[in-house]
Amino acid sequence: MAGSGSAQLRPEPMLLSVQHLVVEYSAGADRVRAVSDVSFDLRRGETLGLVGESGCGKSTLARAVLQLSRPTSGKVVFNGVDLTRETGERLRRLRRRAQLIFQDPIASLNPRRRIGDIVAEALVIAGVSDRNERDKRVCEVLRAVGLDPGLVTGRRPHEFSGGQCQRISIARALVLEPELIICDEPVSALDVSIRAQILNLLEDMKARYGLTLIFIAHDLAVVKAVSDRVAVMYLGKLCEIGPTEQVFDAPTHPYTSLLLEAIPRPDPDAKLVEGVTAGEPPSPMAPPSGCRFRTRCQLAQARCATEEPTMREFRKGQFVACHFAM
Amino acid sequence: MSAAALLEVDNLSVEFATERGPLRAVSRVSLSVGASHALGIVGESGSGKTILSRAILQLLPRRARVSGSVRFDGCQLFLLPREALRRLRGREIAVVFQDPMTSLNPVLTVGGQIAEALREHMGFSLQKALSRAVELLAEVGIPEPERRARQYPHQLSGGMRQRVAIAIALSCEPRLLIADEPTTSLDVTIQAQILDLLARERRARSMAIVLITHDLAIVAGRTDEVAVMYAGCIVERAQTRILFKHTRSPYTEALMAAIPKLHSPAHTRLAAIAGAPPDPTRLMPGCPFEPRCRYARELCRSEAPKLAGAAEGHQFACWFPLAAQVPASA
Repeated sequence: MAGSGSAQLRPEPMLLSVQHLVVEYSAGADRVRAVSDVSFDLRRGETLGLVGESGCGKSTLARAVLQLSRPTSGKVVFNGVDLTRETGERLRRLRRRAQLIFQDPIASLNPRRRIGDIVAEALVIAGVSDRNERDKRVCEVLRAVGLDPGLVTGRRPHEFSGGQCQRISIARALVLEPELIICDEPVSALDVSIRAQILNLLEDMKARYGLTLIFIAHDLAVVKAVSDRVAVMYLGKLCEIGPTEQVFDAPTHPYTSLLLEAIPRPDPDAKLVEGVTAGEPPSPMAPPSGCRFRTRCQLAQARCATEEPTMREFRKGQFVACHFAM
Repeated sequence: MSAAALLEVDNLSVEFATERGPLRAVSRVSLSVGASHALGIVGESGSGKTILSRAILQLLPRRARVSGSVRFDGCQLFLLPREALRRLRGREIAVVFQDPMTSLNPVLTVGGQIAEALREHMGFSLQKALSRAVELLAEVGIPEPERRARQYPHQLSGGMRQRVAIAIALSCEPRLLIADEPTTSLDVTIQAQILDLLARERRARSMAIVLITHDLAIVAGRTDEVAVMYAGCIVERAQTRILFKHTRSPYTEALMAAIPKLHSPAHTRLAAIAGAPPDPTRLMPGCPFEPRCRYARELCRSEAPKLAGAAEGHQFACWFPLAAQVPASA
């Protein structure tokens, strides 16, 4: 990659199958490819961690999967239906089965509304007209995320801490009992002690509601704590995808290795190697030819500038887009 | 600490008057930083670590009630006239803040901003200051420094902007650099570069650093000593290696346990700390961590423990500290 191709897609039916997804934006006279030919799939009950530096297209990808911004091309097959071909009421109905949780828990809640109304709103839109029924479901889901409905439903977001607001966001995402939740950096804004609470809560909710998750984060240790598989993105493309333990223990793409080496270790005896992470990602407006990672890659050779690598299976279930994968 | 400490903070407290009564943001903090030493201050949001750093620099709003003393190179900062203090800040003590987008001036070129500091504090001519600015940009690892010097902050990436902020901080050869969450808004790869840069400059200039962060992992390999703060107090302070290997404070232990570890198997349940930090306007008489502490007993509820010492300058504030471990043969 960072490269293209879809060898990583699995043959059996999946809850979600994203195929050759492209998202382009206009930037003045130019077109920016924020997501460029990305394919992956998700089995029911699986958690896929999606990692990469800011600007690599993680959030754009999440929004395009849910059709919040329309992909330029490619397919998003969810429960057997290609969402990119759906519009209007039909799309809205399908989308109820998939929800999104955002990074900033306070900004993503309407400050003027009460918590009870914020969580119930999705039910109103979904046509649950019986007020008692709505109240019952709101209380249930608030209790599930560890909040006392009696104490919280009448209050407004500013009365809560970041961690509590993230619990409320999770309750809001769960109230329609979706199959898929995309969590976009859900714990990045939280303190360490609160972060662990929310990560544990997401794991509990996944078990309780039988959820399938896409978990976007730039912190690889956080991703490892919750994911079954992990996908690494760079400048709009996938570099590597595979089972979490395998990718972390034996990364094959040089970019994955770089990300892993850059993480500070909470160990005073860990050896610090300076200079492992030279350079910054190039502008997505003018990505390098061939492999997009080659300008920062220690393994890069002439071939990388001319030929874009495609996804290939390097080890069982572990796919990489690199000509010289390790 | 050593007799010749560069920075000595003694019994520093900061209170704000609020509608709900006095808010105690920093409570009787004492610490010292030796020349060319690196001290890490670790705490979660609201622990008082940033207020502490602002109090040292006297950058707090006037309504803040500050008590205690801060000495820099033997000189009482709180007694210094404004003009002398202004000369000291930027010249002897420099600061790097978390968000370089808001700490840089958006309408000045980055070269111009570095030159401004050099002219103000070092008395350089404009010409000399501008050419030194370009050199500094090169020193902090910015490619094409001549071109970058003519650009504005918004034309640079977050990592570049933080490098510029560091270049400004280093421009007057300070003896102490206070870095307040310098890498929090940056990607891990850029974070590693910025931390490397700070370490390199510290060595090259024999400069002392106070590194303030919420992330224990950041201070692990990059400081000589660490102070852990909770609810405005230092709860544990020790040489970095001792703090990690022979933790005595239950809060430090809980904080370390809550960090997801790269080497743990996937889906390892994290050791979350239940509850949330106390409301600083409603501090109870006991230990502030007591409601969340798994070892809390009756005494912890009624009386707050004081920071007390053990061997090798290791201090902790706890009635029932974790057992001292027999040092391993290493």
